[in-house]
Amino acid sequence: MAGVVFEKVAKRYGEVSIIEGLNLDIQDKEFMVLVGPSGCGKSTALRMIAGLEEISDGHVKIGERVVNEVAPKDRDIAMVFQSYALYPHMTIRENLEFGLKIRKTPQAEVDRLVKEAAEILGISHLLDRKPKQLSGGQRQRVAVGRAIVRKPAVFLFDEPLSNLDAKLRVQMRAEITKLQQRLQTTTVYVTHDQVEAMTMGHRIAVMKDGKLQQVGTPLEVYEQPSNLFVAAFIGTPPMNFVKAQIRNEGTLIAAAKFALPVPVKLRHLTVPRDGANVVVGIRPENIVDPSKPTRGETAMIQAKVDIAEPLGHEVLVYASIGDDTLVAKVDPHRAPQLDSIVDLVVELESLHLFDAATERRLA
Amino acid sequence: MKDKAGHDELPHLPLHIFLIIFVLIATYPILWVVTIALSGKQSLALATLPDRIAVTEERLVQNIPGLNDEEATAIVEALENAKWIDERGILTLKPERDKVAPLLPAELSKYAEPLHKDLMVCLAEPSTLDRLRAITPWPETFSLENFRAVFRDQPFGRWIINSAVIATATTILGVFLACTAGYAFSRFSFPGRRAGLMSFLVSQMFPGTLMLVPLYIIVVQWLQLGSSRIGLTLIYATTSIPFCVWMLKGYFDTIPKELEEAALIDGASPGVIFWRIVLPLAKPAVAVTALFSFMTGWNEFIQAATFMDKEELYTAPVGLRFFVGGFSQQWGYFSAGAIIVSIPIVILFLFLQKYLVSGLTAGSVKG
Ligand SMILES: Nc1ncnc2c1ncn2[C@@H]1O[C@H](COP(=O)(O)OP(=O)(O)OP(=O)(O)O)[C@@H](O)[C@H]1O
Ligand SMILES: [Mg+2]
Repeated sequence: MAGVVFEKVAKRYGEVSIIEGLNLDIQDKEFMVLVGPSGCGKSTALRMIAGLEEISDGHVKIGERVVNEVAPKDRDIAMVFQSYALYPHMTIRENLEFGLKIRKTPQAEVDRLVKEAAEILGISHLLDRKPKQLSGGQRQRVAVGRAIVRKPAVFLFDEPLSNLDAKLRVQMRAEITKLQQRLQTTTVYVTHDQVEAMTMGHRIAVMKDGKLQQVGTPLEVYEQPSNLFVAAFIGTPPMNFVKAQIRNEGTLIAAAKFALPVPVKLRHLTVPRDGANVVVGIRPENIVDPSKPTRGETAMIQAKVDIAEPLGHEVLVYASIGDDTLVAKVDPHRAPQLDSIVDLVVELESLHLFDAATERRLA
Repeated sequence: MKDKAGHDELPHLPLHIFLIIFVLIATYPILWVVTIALSGKQSLALATLPDRIAVTEERLVQNIPGLNDEEATAIVEALENAKWIDERGILTLKPERDKVAPLLPAELSKYAEPLHKDLMVCLAEPSTLDRLRAITPWPETFSLENFRAVFRDQPFGRWIINSAVIATATTILGVFLACTAGYAFSRFSFPGRRAGLMSFLVSQMFPGTLMLVPLYIIVVQWLQLGSSRIGLTLIYATTSIPFCVWMLKGYFDTIPKELEEAALIDGASPGVIFWRIVLPLAKPAVAVTALFSFMTGWNEFIQAATFMDKEELYTAPVGLRFFVGGFSQQWGYFSAGAIIVSIPIVILFLFLQKYLVSGLTAGSVKG
């Protein structure tokens, strides 16, 4: 068992820089999710752990060992690809056995390991079929099976669920999480789906344009996003952003058409910055209808209802104040009329304040 | 009438008739060849039409009562002078009853009536049935003599073996080199990759005959491999490899890179990946290239005729030419030989059939 460490890692294709100065410390037995928009370099980072991409600069360590020059097969890792990459001409059994046989594992041991892995994943009855004869979900299991059968020190997943339909994805998400808890194997999991990131990872590493934005537990990242990008990326529907200025010696946040008082808990951030331009972030669940119980200090605002999206357990209300649009989560039984003016309550202690110029969280 | 599925059967009838006619037309030339081969003769004709009977003195003496030899000679002479018959005695026109007597010397005109009768017999046009027989690809008599003779009287067995050896060697050499080269072109980037691929493509632009002179210089003068099986194998491999490389490269391109990466992580060496993952998946393309290489070596004529100047080193196509070239017109041997030569190709096609379709359409549809 081993952790994975990135030390000032860079990846460049000639002049083009894909990843720069990546520092990331993945603990032993940890489930780390790399998440970010398409093209941000998360697959590249994962493939550098696997040894499928050369490392242009810095070090990658697995356990205590620097693996920059170590061949993939000697890194004691296993990888699950988005396309599953099952060997189409081999049966499922042969797929699972392939790595073991190449490593000259005795046949009795091979049989035992394959049986064990197949049982864990519930694919024992499929062993004599070819990959073509399996459903997408079954192939997915086989791909995971091929990874766990060798009992490697690190699992690498590259968007393993993105080819599955929504329902199956939720199911497999839970299964992979359970599997990791059971096997206690260090796991690096790449996804662009922030729900997967939130639900699966012990910690999340958010990336953008080849740079690490924030690393933390799902809750930390959700509650304390370190910049505008992370705040916008994590959470559905995304956080509301309003441009504003700090006024009245740091006691008021003034937007174009409305103002919010600064709660006592946040005064230490605003008082020293009187007159500064900020971006205020408010999560939709922190804007509610007045009937709902709230936490901490609150303020009331009036907004015009543009769109209402009923989701069953709640209604998303898109309401505007001047040019600013806010999304609020409202009780389904109190769904407002379109174009009416409604009262909305903002939970002030959950406001997120970002510097308008640097886009960083005020701290 | 309705068939089981409830469709009207009748609309299919014209289609079936059309298809049957089409098949007959398409297979007619082949049936012709088979018929000649099985006829035991050397003639190109399917059946011999009955010839007109020659008008001879003996015949006249026999058939006209009271006619003696001199009189017969005189009659034949008269007919010849009138250009009714040619020098072989074959009638050139249809004799009219009234014109027979004036033709003959006065003392012989008493024979005009029986003579006309006999001339009409000699005229005997072939019947419609005979004409039909002449275009039906069915031998008058079945005989395997042609097949026996090409092996017994002619060194055809030897030529077949030459062809087999050369074509097989070409296939093995060509497919091996094309697989490795195609894989390199598909997977690795190296200096000269584009130039190499382009030059392979460009080389396909020129007809093989254009390469005859340079190949002759290289193979015969430099390598001293003229009139040898190795030399011809080299030449064939050279001509088939460019196509094979492109074919295989195109197919390797469709094999996902992740498969190889998965195998790499599983611990496979590049050799194992190539032999156990890539090649088995490229089977259809390998089948196509193998067939193509084999056919190149098996069917080719011009280069074989140029490079093999000893009769015992002839390949089958060159040998076939031997049967009908120059002074010999042994179409029977030729047909029998041609059938023997085509059998291995037909068998190969049937054998590789399931790969061929997928191999040739590879990449056109994303699986
Ligand atoms: N061989 C290459 N040469 C140049 N640039 C490349 C090469 N491979 C990848 N890139 C670039 O590297 C960047 C990161 O790619 P990567 O595959 O890591 O993205 P990703 O975060 O996994 O995106 P996705 O979610 O779409 O899979 C992309 O902008 C891509 O264009
Ligand atoms: Mg990716």
